[in-house]
Amino acid sequence: MSDIKVVKTLDNSGLSCPMPVVKTKKAIKDMEIGDVLEMISTDPGSIPDMEAWARQTGHELLEAHDEGDKYRFLIKKTH
Amino acid sequence: MDDKPKKLALIASQGTLDWAYPPFILATAAASMDWDVAIFFTFYGLPLLKKDLKAQVSPASNPAMPMKMPFGGESFRNINWPMPNILMSNMPGFEAMATSLMKKTFKDKGVASIEELREMAVELDVKMIGCQMTMDVFGFKKEEFIEEADIGGAATFLEFAADSNVSLFV
Repeated sequence: MSDIKVVKTLDNSGLSCPMPVVKTKKAIKDMEIGDVLEMISTDPGSIPDMEAWARQTGHELLEAHDEGDKYRFLIKKTH
Repeated sequence: MDDKPKKLALIASQGTLDWAYPPFILATAAASMDWDVAIFFTFYGLPLLKKDLKAQVSPASNPAMPMKMPFGGESFRNINWPMPNILMSNMPGFEAMATSLMKKTFKDKGVASIEELREMAVELDVKMIGCQMTMDVFGFKKEEFIEEADIGGAATFLEFAADSNVSLFV
């Protein structure tokens, strides 16, 4: 856990499908391989959507947390 | 991950505000997952390529459409107003009112506008093909469309769709 260093935070609060996924893709594009993106969302569909997104893109979903009023994700760029 | 990206082939055949959403949502989501995406805009879907988007809600063609008021208290907002379509859709200005109510409700819920989704689609390299035959029939010119739009026919779409993983007609 301690080796995870978030280099960028993307807050998608208030945005609904498909924007959290679209904005995550755009953010990841501008990062370096190995970088970790923290993404915050309030879209209740974002946990299954981010899991599917990670499987499809091959980027690594390190964490997906339901924090009650919001969801928090850590995504590592792999390629 | 496979070397070859997956492909999504969509046909957008409806031009109302509500029906404009599915193709643009699916296209941007798929492109965000590194898929290759093409949308073929045909018949009433073709005006979605116009620079000046004028998509409206058409209550008359959606008899089961719930209508929500985007103001007032929570319980008032949650009411599904029954819409007597036969009567209301003949009322001047009703489509404009239904359209502005839907736009407001969508905005309040954080749903992107069709304009925003189309901009995203352009940015994500979604291939957008306008149907040549529909242009001829309804009298559209290429200059009316966004410059990213390509023009083609059924064969153009089918060639892309031939080896697509997902093909949908909306």
